[in-house]
Amino acid sequence: MATAAATRTNWWNGGRSPFNVEYGKLMMWYFLMSDAFTFGAFLISYGTIRFSQNYWPNPNEVFNAFPGAGHANLPLAFVSLMTFILIMSSVTMVLAVHEGHHNNKKAVVKWLAWTVVGGIAFLACQAWEWTHLITGEHAVMNGNALSVIGQTTTVNPWGPLADVSSATAALQNTPHNILVTLAHGQHHDMGHEQLAALTDDKLRGMINIAELHVREQGPVAFGGYFYAITGFHGFHVTSGVVINIVMLLMAQNGVFEKRGHYLMIEKAGLYWHFVDLVWVFVFLCFYLI
Amino acid sequence: MEHHTETTEVTFHHEPSQGTKRIWKTFWILLGITVIELALGFFMYLFPDLPSFVVLFLKGVIVILSLAKAFYIVGVFMHLGDEIRNMVMTIVVPLMLFVWFIGAFLWDGNSYRTMRNRYDPSMENKTMQAPTQKKDTSVLPLH
Repeated sequence: MATAAATRTNWWNGGRSPFNVEYGKLMMWYFLMSDAFTFGAFLISYGTIRFSQNYWPNPNEVFNAFPGAGHANLPLAFVSLMTFILIMSSVTMVLAVHEGHHNNKKAVVKWLAWTVVGGIAFLACQAWEWTHLITGEHAVMNGNALSVIGQTTTVNPWGPLADVSSATAALQNTPHNILVTLAHGQHHDMGHEQLAALTDDKLRGMINIAELHVREQGPVAFGGYFYAITGFHGFHVTSGVVINIVMLLMAQNGVFEKRGHYLMIEKAGLYWHFVDLVWVFVFLCFYLI
Repeated sequence: MEHHTETTEVTFHHEPSQGTKRIWKTFWILLGITVIELALGFFMYLFPDLPSFVVLFLKGVIVILSLAKAFYIVGVFMHLGDEIRNMVMTIVVPLMLFVWFIGAFLWDGNSYRTMRNRYDPSMENKTMQAPTQKKDTSVLPLH
């Protein structure tokens, strides 16, 4: 048995690699280790800032939307779907590697194609999530008036809930265009132009302040860290998809068949699984705790 | 079956596994752990008034479950568990740096918060909600 022989071998006597791994694969491992430190540094820096704040937004309240579900409150449902997609694509990748071991070209191509589909699906989900966060319209306290903001790298609408009396007072100082946006949010049947023609007092009368759930503005660092880290991960997914497409074309054209082995797929697979591995920790740090 | 004869670095080859049972088993484990994590997170969302040590405990459990997921992904999907010990150690030992890295930097963030609250009371008034009082913690006074 190979394992029994491996334990009896004196690996450091020279004449053989003490690591028993092909050069390219070993270097892929070391690259991934360094990449783990890059991601680790980002996430730890996020942790430091989070620990330095008295208040941090609750992920269940920030990430509660689902495409096509309107304003339904579905905490973490969409990101769970994204996690499932990525785990699933990791499985199809490992199946492609497995078929590569058996020099089964047709199955390698099939599973790689599914992996590419999974990667693209994940990226599409992330694009929707970012768009939803950036273009969201949330009523927040802005000094003694109200503002409507989305989640960007410069503002954060997820501070503590403001009490209704101070929000009502702030409504009196809120400028016309903001009042129009707030009224439109509660009266979808009326267009912006139609609302803009109304007087401020009329608009204020249409706005149900309790239903607005007005918040204080939250820690600004939240947006920068969220977009930088999920963006950096998304960039890894993107390059992983490109690598997998290249592998798919090479396998389809019989390059690996001629070579007699599918080692290249294993290296691409390592990278792809690493992307899934990083997501485990991004998911942990931004969504779960 | 003829093995990969292309490289001189590899002394012993693994027999390629015959079935995909192990892969699917790992998939179900990963999925199961994720569902448990989400259930715990949802539990904390449903009961926002849990005492802080319970929240801390649940978050600790979620962290450990995530580490278990990482273990399965690296060990089974990336086949690191099938490599020889020499090679595994060159990957795992440097990663031990994270123990210090995480501890030191979270400690630093916490001490920054504590000191700001202590020496800049307006900070506390601006950013803290009345019911979630966080007490001065764990940072020794400067002498």
